Amino acid sequence: MSLIYFDNNATTGVLPEVFEAMAPYFTEKYGNASSMHHFGGGNKKAIERARMYVASLINASAAEVVFTSGGTESDSSAIYSALHFYPNKKHIITSAVEHPAVLEVFKKLGKEGYRVDFIGVDGDGRFNMEQYKAVLDKDTALVSVMWANSETGTIFPIKDICALAHEAGALFHTDAVQAVGKIAVDVKEAGVDMLSCSSHKINGPKGIGGLYIRQGLRFFPFMVGGHQERLRRAGTENVPAIVGFGEAARIAKETLFLYEDNVRILRDNLENALLKAIPDCRVNGDREHRLPNTSNISFGYVEGESILMMLDEYDICASSGSACTSGSLEPSHVLMAMGVPFQFAHGSIRFSLGKFNTEEEVEQVIKVLPPIIKRLREISPFHGEKRACAARQ
Amino acid sequence: MWDYTDKVMDHFKNPRNVGEIKDADGTGQVGSLICGDALKLTIKVNKETEVIEDVKFQTFGCASAIASSSILTEMVKGKTLEEALKITNRDIAEALGSLPEEKMHCSVMGMEALDAAVKSYRQGGAPVIFEQEPGTNIVCHCFNVSEQAIIQAIHNNNLKTVEDVTHFTKAGGACGKCKEEIGRILSKVLSCEVPSAPKEEKKKPYAEMTIVEKIKAVEEVLNTDIKPKLNLDGGSVELTDINGNIVTVKLLGMCGGCMNAGATLKGFVEKTLREKISQDIEVKQA
Repeated sequence: MSLIYFDNNATTGVLPEVFEAMAPYFTEKYGNASSMHHFGGGNKKAIERARMYVASLINASAAEVVFTSGGTESDSSAIYSALHFYPNKKHIITSAVEHPAVLEVFKKLGKEGYRVDFIGVDGDGRFNMEQYKAVLDKDTALVSVMWANSETGTIFPIKDICALAHEAGALFHTDAVQAVGKIAVDVKEAGVDMLSCSSHKINGPKGIGGLYIRQGLRFFPFMVGGHQERLRRAGTENVPAIVGFGEAARIAKETLFLYEDNVRILRDNLENALLKAIPDCRVNGDREHRLPNTSNISFGYVEGESILMMLDEYDICASSGSACTSGSLEPSHVLMAMGVPFQFAHGSIRFSLGKFNTEEEVEQVIKVLPPIIKRLREISPFHGEKRACAARQ
Repeated sequence: MWDYTDKVMDHFKNPRNVGEIKDADGTGQVGSLICGDALKLTIKVNKETEVIEDVKFQTFGCASAIASSSILTEMVKGKTLEEALKITNRDIAEALGSLPEEKMHCSVMGMEALDAAVKSYRQGGAPVIFEQEPGTNIVCHCFNVSEQAIIQAIHNNNLKTVEDVTHFTKAGGACGKCKEEIGRILSKVLSCEVPSAPKEEKKKPYAEMTIVEKIKAVEEVLNTDIKPKLNLDGGSVELTDINGNIVTVKLLGMCGGCMNAGATLKGFVEKTLREKISQDIEVKQA
């Protein structure tokens, strides 16, 4: 069996039709979209078409979408712009389980004098609404909370979180990089002020992303030094990448139903079969409100990197929240915030399926994983002690 | 993706000497589930020649932790205890071709487990959990790393930066609070100012101590001998009161709800305080 790619929350492959749409803009239509001549300036049309497709995927109007270099730049741009317009407000709120692109910016702002609240989650990864309501106040400039969690797939009630922020007079930004293209994301319905999305998570190229900026919202650019993107993001437009992102967004919208019709079923089959076949494992995340493609399972008493390396022998790609995989020494901040016990946090594996995964691939993982866990547990000194450990929980 | 050598992958995929020797002469343990890696080494020793005749390991950890343990068993088998103790973490890493910098602590873990196993043999075979020499200064409380261990790692591996020390010993890898102190130790070692051993002070009998001295003495033993071991299991202990010979403590963290709390209190906390301070001490739970 060839490569089994269950790591679609990390990145996805560029679709052939997306690649084909991009190709002419490298070697033939390489002109600068800002040029006065037809050769370059003509590329503007391609950019605006792409903008329309991206906007349509999140139910925005084209003028509300700015192209950036990716989700990380979108996040930074949104956060710094919001703070720029509220120089007198010194309180900001985010969740404890954000992607580092948001989390690290908030930590940095904390060091620079902002009062920062990191809203916690419960054991299933659900947003702590009570804590959130309690800390919101008139001094709050910005709330930034992710739409769906990359590690567990847990979906937050963005509409409610956003409404509360607005009531308190704060702006609301959401990092929707994992949600866009996998579930219906509607900026109008949710009422958000800004939203970050990324191309490479939806079968588009890497290095390109989008920032939705609600019409009428003032915006202060993060990148300056050019008139591009209507003065909201300087820098020569990355035409091939923008065209690719647009094409990927168009296809993502047309094929969104596949996540409910196929991917969810495959994911559930995989998860249920593994839980049944392997003792001492647990699902991390809110199983009711979860991306249809993500399953995060902890296998007790074994270490995640070892599991991944063994799976790699079978050409199976997944990822782990274990400390060892990141080179840091602490397991995933998401699992830690959820209070997942250490013996489970170190052995967590995230399977994130895509639209093109098949039943056969799921079957193969169900076949090879149980013996891998069994073997690693035989090597582990803790397996015999598991009852003693369980009693301590 | 780590750049593991073929040798690392071979020992990870086909680990040698996995398991536990049932009638082992020495058992050494290091690490815990919380740290994310742990190693248990059991050895069979020829009493006459002190040659390690058999060795088995069990490891919880990443590929490099398993590979380091596996190759260590091959390296020590057939060696005398004295020869085996000369093996440094560097030797383990070299035997594997190399290890990524961030994974060097896996080889250190091998060396520590071996130390503990030999100590266990010399003490009659009861399992020994690797610990820093008593009385040493614990620098990194998250991973329980002593100043001595950091100095040794700096010497053995020619470390130059705080980051190096973290890769090799884990110290500073979690909360990062001790990074400044690691920096001070580094510059001290690099400028060749090896610190002199702390002077032994004459101990006053417990009964003659003032209440403040009693509190200090008990706190010191709790901090250096008791807490580090409880930390390995995710627990800790706190002194709440001293009344004559009765020392009242509170078990914290995982120890708090542990079914074995009673045994921990009497068999470990009280036993250690009696050994280190006075046989008259009685420990009660708050």
